[in-house]
Amino acid sequence: MLSKRIIPCLDVRNGKLTKGVKFQGNVDIGDPVETARMYYEQGADEIVFYDITASSEGRGIFLDVVERVASQIFIPFSVGGGINSVADMRAVLVAGAEKVSVNSGAVKNPDIISEGAAAFGAQCVVLGMDVKRVAKSESIPSGFEVVVHGGRKYTGMDALEWAKTGEALGAGEICLNSIDADGTKDGYDLELTRLVTESVRIPVIASGGAGNPQHMADAFTQAKASASLIASIVHYGEYTIRQLKEHISGQGVQMRMIW
Amino acid sequence: MLAILDYKAGNQTSVRRALDHLGIENQITADPEVLARAHGIIFPGVGAAGQAMGELTSGGLDEVLKGLIWQEKPLLGICVGCQILLDYCEENDTRTLAVIPGECRLFNPAWTEEDGTPIRVPHMGWNRVELKQDCVLLKDIPPAAEFYFVHSYHPAPHPEFVIGETSYGEKFCSIHGRTGLWAVQFHPEKSGTPGLQLLKNFHDYCLEVANAQ
Repeated sequence: MLSKRIIPCLDVRNGKLTKGVKFQGNVDIGDPVETARMYYEQGADEIVFYDITASSEGRGIFLDVVERVASQIFIPFSVGGGINSVADMRAVLVAGAEKVSVNSGAVKNPDIISEGAAAFGAQCVVLGMDVKRVAKSESIPSGFEVVVHGGRKYTGMDALEWAKTGEALGAGEICLNSIDADGTKDGYDLELTRLVTESVRIPVIASGGAGNPQHMADAFTQAKASASLIASIVHYGEYTIRQLKEHISGQGVQMRMIW
Repeated sequence: MLAILDYKAGNQTSVRRALDHLGIENQITADPEVLARAHGIIFPGVGAAGQAMGELTSGGLDEVLKGLIWQEKPLLGICVGCQILLDYCEENDTRTLAVIPGECRLFNPAWTEEDGTPIRVPHMGWNRVELKQDCVLLKDIPPAAEFYFVHSYHPAPHPEFVIGETSYGEKFCSIHGRTGLWAVQFHPEKSGTPGLQLLKNFHDYCLEVANAQ
């Protein structure tokens, strides 16, 4: 039986691990390579690196981080942030990432999903979605709208429609981030997560809001997420990944306990 | 020295990094002489079976590979490299190497998980392997260890060649072959300590064979 995955997310800015709240203000909190290795040793099932650097100089530093990670940890990891073309995808895959996450780049140009899937295989392409709750309307019937630029820009697209479109274009997985829940530690948006997991047949990673292991267990059992993305609850040492897994597996959820 | 077969549909660098970490000498190569000199060959693969077969045959590597297997050179196929050792793959309706009898099929979307929900495809994540036959590749690896899978098609070899099975809705074959010619559907190079141990076990076997000759 397939285990549910726990995926720490590392935001990287100019080669440093950083953490922000609701996409506003960031503080540097460590070295991403060392942190990734620590999570690997603690039993992380996968790791996500998100490059929030804007400059091309920072991009070079980031690719160097990816290469160093690839030679030290032997679990899959994905990379997102600033992926706008097949060439951007190739650069991070060559540096050693297994998967590449497209977000606003796919909103701008949805064909990047199909082009990436054709070039590298669907399993490589993760559709990252940032989503905000809005009033239900004709154009947003679910009441969940896709946003970009950290939630500052609304796209006019319904989150469920976009998830289905991404699947049809060849995305192998969806990473679903609730902007409303992000950084709150009040739990994932279970309603949003369930709506998306019921709309597609590819795996869905719940993201945004994890504050304790129960939130993660709920995402697996109630919202049918395949994986849960976490950040603050491990970055500040509140929990180790083993502690999270012990709690969640104690509730009958299949977890990888040997690594 | 282990040779990692170099063709465009491979994840050679991931395999190389894992072998480097283990201190196992290795070389990414498509040179028949280097392949013949290696103690064993790792045959990686990602992407689609049709494309992978195309890359192999266009360079004549399919015949090179079959020749080495005929000479009992130890070989480990990984993921798509595991699938195309069989006769046929449903993906792109592809005739494959036909070194091990059987075929490779798309996961049946009607299969359901234990809680009754239909399986998601690709099968992506960590899962166990239940051994059907003794296998030195799994030496010193706890039975509850998990390996990293990512695939939409699964091997269905002749039952005689089924070495290990994995459960995803229903059981499918996740290790097949025979002693010295192994194929694993998961990615040992991305499966943490158990995966690294499997690669080390393969290398140990290759050295034993070389020393016995």
